[in-house]
Amino acid sequence: MKNIISNKVKQMQPSGIRAFFDLVLGMKDVISLGVGEPDFTTPWPIREAGISSLEEGFTSYTSNKGLYKLRLSVSRYLRNRYGVEYCPDEEILITVGVSEAMDLALRTIINPNDKILIPSPSYVSYGPLTELAGGIPVYIDTQKNRFKLTPEQLERHIDDKTKGIIFNYPCNPTGISYSRKELSQISKVLSKNNVICLSDEIYADLTYDFEHVSFPSLPGAKDNVVYFNGFSKSYAMTGWRVGYACGPKEIIAGMTKIHQYTIMCVSITSQMAACEALHVGKDSVEKMKREYARRREFVIDGLNSIGLSCHNPQGAFYAFPSIKKTGLNSLDFAQKLLKEEKVAVVPGTAFGGEFKDYIRISYASSFDNLKEALRRMSVFLKKQL
Amino acid sequence: MDEILEVLEKDARTSAEDIAKMLKKKPKDIKEKIKKYEKEGVILRYKAVLNKDLVHDEDSRLRALIEVNIVPQKDVGFDKIAERIYSFPEVSSCYLISGSYDLLVVVEGKNIHTVSSFVAEKLSCLENVRGTTTHFLLKKYKEDGVILKHKEENKRIAISY
Repeated sequence: MKNIISNKVKQMQPSGIRAFFDLVLGMKDVISLGVGEPDFTTPWPIREAGISSLEEGFTSYTSNKGLYKLRLSVSRYLRNRYGVEYCPDEEILITVGVSEAMDLALRTIINPNDKILIPSPSYVSYGPLTELAGGIPVYIDTQKNRFKLTPEQLERHIDDKTKGIIFNYPCNPTGISYSRKELSQISKVLSKNNVICLSDEIYADLTYDFEHVSFPSLPGAKDNVVYFNGFSKSYAMTGWRVGYACGPKEIIAGMTKIHQYTIMCVSITSQMAACEALHVGKDSVEKMKREYARRREFVIDGLNSIGLSCHNPQGAFYAFPSIKKTGLNSLDFAQKLLKEEKVAVVPGTAFGGEFKDYIRISYASSFDNLKEALRRMSVFLKKQL
Repeated sequence: MDEILEVLEKDARTSAEDIAKMLKKKPKDIKEKIKKYEKEGVILRYKAVLNKDLVHDEDSRLRALIEVNIVPQKDVGFDKIAERIYSFPEVSSCYLISGSYDLLVVVEGKNIHTVSSFVAEKLSCLENVRGTTTHFLLKKYKEDGVILKHKEENKRIAISY
């Protein structure tokens, strides 16, 4: 029996905090700041579009690439929003969220032992997906520069085996984002060294202090970028599982090959709903964004005032405060906070082993919850210090 | 709309201190602004939104929507007669409407008799009222943006990446 599981899967690092998650799920009356999805329900017109499509009998497969009208809407959206042109026939693929799209892109570009750069802390799937595709993840610790990748740091990590970088902004878990100037500098380093940028911009619509700049819209960048976005965060559609990738046609064609054998196509109901999201969703996006922006100010102010120093996140709905002064590592901190005050947060080590001095706090929670959670955390901290 | 109003419209109990934190302003400035809104009548008052179907007492109220046809008066149009109507304590809302009738009047009473006697003995007898049509309200689903149902359970899983 011992040889059933492949070596590749055996070697994958299991998430070290699974047991902690199970502990949270087993407890009652917990205020959870550990949630990585919006606390809004999908706006009604979008849900209604999904329901109508079922009533009308849209229950079949779609084209592997996704419904043409959805690809066309995505193409128009990107042109209007960022001035970037992607051809709906050859340069756009509809996927089961950005998760699938990222997997496809990595499998499409990686030859054995190619290196993929991952600024860290990073979203949990990037490293394991790279390894599954046969690549070697190279983590770039951004802690010293307030979680921002600098061009110099980037250049130092590039060598002749470097194939690509997974660049996620606004970032889960830090909420950090980049200005046009910062992005241009990074883009220049990537172009000079022929490194493909896999740009995960799923939180783009939740950018608060400045307008989000899309990576492929930077001068000269587009041919070297695969752009990822989806409907989960902007339209509160996490459970529908719809995302998309846009990029050079050879890469999209490669991704489509894998996609057609593994997934075939995204659920037609979800695709129909997603079409509606792009047509009617703008007002609800704006409203959600204002609400998150207010919570952000409240939470950052609250964290700093109870003594957890925290940089100012420019986007997404996460804060990544330091807990160093408590002397606890992030997993112990999270477990103790859960047991003593019934507040759940995600330990920083979930996003990279080095981040034991941090926790991730999600402010995708009601204002009353946030206020009460901060009060409980303040009580907890007084006991620790 | 000013974000202060957006916050208060959602939860009128939000303190000026908390609003100040959310909007990165000084509590003093927020308080002054709210005072100003109160003075100008932008904010009229603060009240709880009740689901009266769940209030079990003898005071439970019956509601009726009444379409009222009116003969407008010289110089003042509908305003004068509307004032005469909305001044009755039984009237909880009163709107001027375009279409086949003029005023939509919302009336609350203890039971069907109090409401119908208000219509028959007070409203219909007013000089400029040409006719009325009364609709009794059977069930409320949503009112002023609030869906009148028990709070639904949280459907999200408690922790995710």
